[in-house]
Amino acid sequence: MFAATDRNRTNDRIQRRYRNVFLGMTLLLVLPVLIILGLLVVRGGPVLTAEFLFEFPKSGMTAGGIFPAFLGTIILVTMGLVFSVPLGIAAAIYLSEYAPDNWLTRSINLAIINLAGVPSIVHALFGVGAFVIFFGFGTSILAASLTLAIMALPVVIVATRESLQAVPHAFREACWAMGATRWQTIRRVVLPNSVSGILTGVILEVSRTAGETAPIMFTGAAFFVPFLPQTIFDKTMALSLHLFVISTQVPGVPEDFPYGVALLLIIIVLSMNALSIGFRTWLRGRKKW
Amino acid sequence: MRASLSTDRIDRAWIVDRIVQVLMFLGGISAVVFIVGIFVFITREALQFVFSRFDVVEFFTSIRWAPTSTNNATYGALALMVGTASVTGVAMLVAIPFSLGAAVYISEFATGRSRETLKVLVELLAAIPSVVWGFIGLTIVNGLIIDVFDVPIGLNVLNAGIILGLMAAPIMTTIAEDALKAVPDRYREAAEAMGATRWQMIRRVVLPAAKNGLVSAVLLGVGRGFGETMAVLMASGHSINLPTSPFDSVRALTATIAAELGETAVGSDHYGALFTLGLFLFLITFLINLTADVVVRGIRNS
Repeated sequence: MFAATDRNRTNDRIQRRYRNVFLGMTLLLVLPVLIILGLLVVRGGPVLTAEFLFEFPKSGMTAGGIFPAFLGTIILVTMGLVFSVPLGIAAAIYLSEYAPDNWLTRSINLAIINLAGVPSIVHALFGVGAFVIFFGFGTSILAASLTLAIMALPVVIVATRESLQAVPHAFREACWAMGATRWQTIRRVVLPNSVSGILTGVILEVSRTAGETAPIMFTGAAFFVPFLPQTIFDKTMALSLHLFVISTQVPGVPEDFPYGVALLLIIIVLSMNALSIGFRTWLRGRKKW
Repeated sequence: MRASLSTDRIDRAWIVDRIVQVLMFLGGISAVVFIVGIFVFITREALQFVFSRFDVVEFFTSIRWAPTSTNNATYGALALMVGTASVTGVAMLVAIPFSLGAAVYISEFATGRSRETLKVLVELLAAIPSVVWGFIGLTIVNGLIIDVFDVPIGLNVLNAGIILGLMAAPIMTTIAEDALKAVPDRYREAAEAMGATRWQMIRRVVLPAAKNGLVSAVLLGVGRGFGETMAVLMASGHSINLPTSPFDSVRALTATIAAELGETAVGSDHYGALFTLGLFLFLITFLINLTADVVVRGIRNS
């Protein structure tokens, strides 16, 4: 009585065909990139030895290692975090806990969207105009990390705001009912319950800023610096700019060198991302409410 | 005595509360301060050029971008705009069908583990830095294009377009998938209860309901392609051209700034011209983002 009719079977076949078309599109999007990554691993992997990571570049960057660039990227990312994390968390707390629904809040939200959407080279121009020239920092680690921080600010704000808003409103109400001020409520109840979500955002920011090139190339990163930076007013090398330089500007670089640097950048960025995704999944499983 | 002491403590708590509120407010408006700051500081550097040398007609209609010419420097940005537009156009041809297709698959067909895996994979792909994409264009895609199409140089509109498309697709997929997920399940249930097949349901119910979100995903992808710098600089060939085929090299607005800013003297005409290009880019992306935001707001209100 409920046996499938011809019509049912045709329908099933059509459905499967649609499903496969969409699966094919998804795979066409993902697979080429995976193949490319595989190529980078094959060619760049052997380059990434301990000496390559911890030696200075030699003979006009055609030999030796990438230590100053590696260290420079770590310094820039860390200082970028120092500037953007407190500011981003404050902004997120304001938006999630205080902001009334008015034109100002709407402008803040619009500004965040735009800050995330402005091209990186425009951020670079801003860094040059504001930090390098107007504030007189010169091309320095300080100017570059401030530029990076402003560029990455939306990442921190959005992630933090999301995790703050995930804390149930009843928690806050219970706390207010005990006579606590807003700030006491935020510090003792809201933040402890969202700290891991905030951390996810911070890790995501590391991944975002570690690979940026355009915003730092005129504000503080240099093609080649023969020594390690001593103060925040020095210039520094950076991995991303180094990749650009040795793959386009310097003749005679061994062919596999840029593959190694590209692979290292990908390893840094993807491991940070994977960490943040893993963290998020773990959190979701642990959530008590 | 005791009572007044505790009142003092409570007062202090409320004073701290006020101070913190002000600090958080300052953090909140910092985003506005920065976006205004970007506009002000870039305008400030561009101003002298805009008033002394800038010629609107030349800027928008001349293809001659020759800022370093000693006796006849010209600042025509038309070729750069066409370069950016052609690369973004090819990128969208690559990215729109595949990212929307992938979003439909992940949201409507995939289930359980494979869905989670695909989502994570797409998210990871979005994180690959622009300069690495540029390097991939310079080496792998360049070689591929030379081999497959038998052309002498593989750094051209096609190369930069493919690279940009692959870069923009993961982000567009994520946003589009969010838009599809936002369609209430009861719409799907209603369609299935009427006897609609999966594909009929997607085409007649889910896609129309998610239309605005999908449009804004495409808009943000365009914005992303428009503003991409390092990848385009490395993969497009970077030569001034009005392209007649995908195998012509072009130069993009963003790439021009990145390539030339290091060689200019602060305050020179050339320097001011690059900031003017930056201002132009800023205004265009601002418009794109604003439009995408208005479109998204459209869904929420309906």
